[in-house]
Amino acid sequence: MNRCVPFVLFLSVGAIAAVSLGRAVTAAPVNYKLPDETAAFKPGPNLDVAQNNCTACHSADYVSIQPRGPKFKKDFWQAEVTKMIKVYGAQIDDADVPKIVEYLAATY
Amino acid sequence: MLDRREMMKRAGIAALATGFGSSKVLALETVTLPIGNGERPLVKYPQKRPMIGVTSRPPQLETPFSVFNEGPITPNNAFFVRYHLAQLPLDIDPDKFTLEIKGKVDHPLKLSLKDIKKMPAVELVAVNQCSGNSRGFFDPRVAGGQSGNGAMGNARWRGVPLKTVLDKAGIQQGAKQITLNGMDGPVSDKTPDFVKALDIDHARDGEVMLAYGMNGQDLPLLNGFPLRLIVPGYYGTYWVKHLNEIAVIDSVFDGFWMKTAYRIPDTPCGCVDPGTAPKATIPINRFTVRSFITNVTDGAKLKAGGTTLKGIAFDGGKGIKEVAVSIDGGKTWTPTKLGKDLGKFSFREWQLPVKLAAGSHELKVRATNNAGDSQPSEPRWNPAGYMRNVIETVHVSAA
Repeated sequence: MNRCVPFVLFLSVGAIAAVSLGRAVTAAPVNYKLPDETAAFKPGPNLDVAQNNCTACHSADYVSIQPRGPKFKKDFWQAEVTKMIKVYGAQIDDADVPKIVEYLAATY
Repeated sequence: MLDRREMMKRAGIAALATGFGSSKVLALETVTLPIGNGERPLVKYPQKRPMIGVTSRPPQLETPFSVFNEGPITPNNAFFVRYHLAQLPLDIDPDKFTLEIKGKVDHPLKLSLKDIKKMPAVELVAVNQCSGNSRGFFDPRVAGGQSGNGAMGNARWRGVPLKTVLDKAGIQQGAKQITLNGMDGPVSDKTPDFVKALDIDHARDGEVMLAYGMNGQDLPLLNGFPLRLIVPGYYGTYWVKHLNEIAVIDSVFDGFWMKTAYRIPDTPCGCVDPGTAPKATIPINRFTVRSFITNVTDGAKLKAGGTTLKGIAFDGGKGIKEVAVSIDGGKTWTPTKLGKDLGKFSFREWQLPVKLAAGSHELKVRATNNAGDSQPSEPRWNPAGYMRNVIETVHVSAA
């Protein structure tokens, strides 16, 4: 479905209709277009392994916003990767796990 | 306008020009939250003004703090956004939308949006706040969505009491909880779907509400269009968006998002010693008391002499009794004048004229609710970074 009407205009028309027809009116259909994802994983060791596994479910900024510093290195990232697998069901090959942890600890 | 706390870097103005008419994210500029690794893009999404981009997939957008100085109601286009799972319902035809009520009920229902809008409507002003609002300020830091203070907002919600719909369905004897599921879901079927639960008595207390309207308009898509749950006084995790399935059950729901996630230490303060693990946990529930100064930002340089401080306060539903301000780092406190009462679940505005002598000042604000609950002078800590409510401090200098 390709909607050519600019979104803002489209919405304001909907809002006016709602006011003039009162509360029984149904809301207009919405076809929402999320902005393109621009966040990207930084270059680092095993970048491709991290990218292939992590981006299936979330954008790279989920990683880049996490706390930094000496306490947030290998153990922190190991725990995060384990959480993704055990809790959120990420399908990651056993062999890839240490590679991803190495990438995250070295890069962030 | 942005806060000084969120120092601007006018880096990405070119993106605004090239991005016109396309769906490219418009990185207008970046802001820096006052936390380690706090740089964030300002992003433009449909139906939203420039917001602080926390993550893009699933979307998490934080409200620039200066918005809270514009008035007690947070505009729809500035209201924060928080999803857990990346499969969003982006194409929604409200004429085809239905809410299903099933499980331990006499009459299973499938209600259209029209059916719901035909029922007598109620309106309620209520704050929604993310459990992890202000997580970025935790010390020691914890993993998760790293928010400043902008994962909260206050809106006038319009809809029907959940009780009306549950009564229509007829709750059966022995019902213990209802589960709430929205149209958003996980990318992988191995990831637990976002399903929440409320005790049956809470669900039919008459205050919990199915809302289709927000500040006189339809809900923005990213705030749950066309129908979301409003759980006044409770953290946003229960305010299920795109709500289309309610099941009445005769047990305590053991899904991941209740049993494992969104739990707080089972201690009176909901906290433990920083860096330690709790012995037992319970599901997160009501907001703690919070207050903010909204018109003066940390590091501000003010003119010496008279000035009026203003801000907001809120709590989990007892209502705000008093907001006091200290301009001497907490040694002495002066009660402020409260603004219009929009209801016990709303932001309550406050203001206080003060005289600031030349020099540095530590301004603090502290609210107390009608149950006598207030805010701690030292931050409380828990492993998930929930419920921050320390007395906020703003450092200013006057000359």
